[in-house]
Amino acid sequence: MKYILMMNGTRASFAEYAKWSKKDMEANVAFMRAFSKQLKDEGVYVATEGLGWPDQAKLVRAGQDGTPITDGVFPESKEFLAGYWIVDVESSEQAYEIAARASAAPGPGGVPGNMPIEVRQVLGSHSDLGL
Amino acid sequence: MTAQPSDPPIEHLLRELTPQVLGIVVRRFRDFAAAEDAVQEASLAAAMQWPRDGLPENPRAWLTRVAFRRMTDHIRSEAARRRRESEAALEMDQLAPSVDAAGESDQDDTLILLFMCCHTALTPASAIALTLRAVGGLTTAEIAHAFLVPEPTMAQRISRAKQSIKDSSIPFQLPTAEERAQRLRAVLHVLYLIFSEGYTSSIGPQLRRADLSHQAMRLTLLLHHLQPDDTEVAGLLALMLLTDARRLARTGAEGELIPLAQQDRALWDRQQIAEGVALLSATLPKGAVGPYQLQAAVAAIHDEATRPEDTDWPQILALYDLLNRMSDNPMVALNRAVAAAMVHGATKGLELLDALKDDARVAEHHRLDAVRAHLVELAGDREGAVRHYRAAAGKTASLPERNYLLAQAARLSSELPLTNEQE
Repeated sequence: MKYILMMNGTRASFAEYAKWSKKDMEANVAFMRAFSKQLKDEGVYVATEGLGWPDQAKLVRAGQDGTPITDGVFPESKEFLAGYWIVDVESSEQAYEIAARASAAPGPGGVPGNMPIEVRQVLGSHSDLGL
Repeated sequence: MTAQPSDPPIEHLLRELTPQVLGIVVRRFRDFAAAEDAVQEASLAAAMQWPRDGLPENPRAWLTRVAFRRMTDHIRSEAARRRRESEAALEMDQLAPSVDAAGESDQDDTLILLFMCCHTALTPASAIALTLRAVGGLTTAEIAHAFLVPEPTMAQRISRAKQSIKDSSIPFQLPTAEERAQRLRAVLHVLYLIFSEGYTSSIGPQLRRADLSHQAMRLTLLLHHLQPDDTEVAGLLALMLLTDARRLARTGAEGELIPLAQQDRALWDRQQIAEGVALLSATLPKGAVGPYQLQAAVAAIHDEATRPEDTDWPQILALYDLLNRMSDNPMVALNRAVAAAMVHGATKGLELLDALKDDARVAEHHRLDAVRAHLVELAGDREGAVRHYRAAAGKTASLPERNYLLAQAARLSSELPLTNEQE
């Protein structure tokens, strides 16, 4: 079964990240690279992407004639998706275990950041026979 | 995906020959992991060359020769590596192949391969992938495609499975008589999982290629030929035939699920049903009745009813009673509740469901809510049914199933007085 692990950051945490020291940032990037490689080696990797930052984000709605109306992100938005992993695992517990590893990515001073990771199941077309 | 066989007869031949050739190579070189890679490479080479150059005179000997050559290369490079490390020379010429000498043990080989690939030391996902490749003869790309994961991920999963087999040092031989029954159950379970995984609602052209249900039936038929006297192998094969016979009726034009009672029974595959029934009829009198045979018997009763109202529910209930006594499986208990409701009324079915509320294995399963919704609806409580259909929709991991459950809720709530919908 497939799960998407979504790393969400607050607007403030993106601003904080931009101020990290070079060393801290390099450690974080190295962790993310190694983490992706681990998922591949474990045979559970499906996809991962990092996203552009909230200051580039736009909210889009269809106007009367279907033309896009774009707007900056509303100031009241508190959480933004920073990036995600999709993994194919045997159980929800295994997905949670992987999410916890992602959450432990090092922050400033190498201390685990403990970022919240939202875990959601990806729906498939296969339905169990119930036999 | 460029190295895929495009010619179906060649594709079928390769899948049939793969376990035979693999058996020969493993016997010769005693290294399952490397042999499996070598056979996969030989098979890919065949898929490229045979459509272009024509079939070789003896396709199996051709594959064996190429696989032996790959193995010899592998051993040479391993030896060279070791020589670099230890300066120890290894004489390789003794490994020149005597092609196709092990023909008579094909059948045992295939059986041993199945036992190895479905070893209980492996996780289900690893066992499935390895079985499809080593015994099913599918390419890594095809298996990856069927499970919608990237090819390197599937390659890694297979390679880890082989490593686990290596680490557990399972010998390449048939299990002892005592072990055999239990090991065979594990094989049947893996084949059943492959079938179940492939029993998908979307049968688009790209999914047909590596149609997992079809592969599961092919492998179970192979196992049935190897173990014709095992009644549960026959039972599983019958179950697959009788279930798969409804495939075309099971989904609508948009891939939406159609439940048994609403299926167009003219679309059921009568010939396949006849095959399944004949197999089951020949098997049941042999005596050793197990869960797969009983489930096949239930499937046969559904298949033999011309109209839903002709279904022999008392007999289905009797079969579920037997199954329930035989195994502690909450899914069986759920199905039994449905059958009891059809025989004795919805109240009886709901009573049986209540007993499952505290069973952690199904308490949070969408099927418990779905069955409850169905029975509550039968009992005439539309509002309750809407609530349970929606609860089930929130829990299922299948998109077509969620759409079906929400449609049931929508159908019922459109029949309700408007005030009930304004929450």
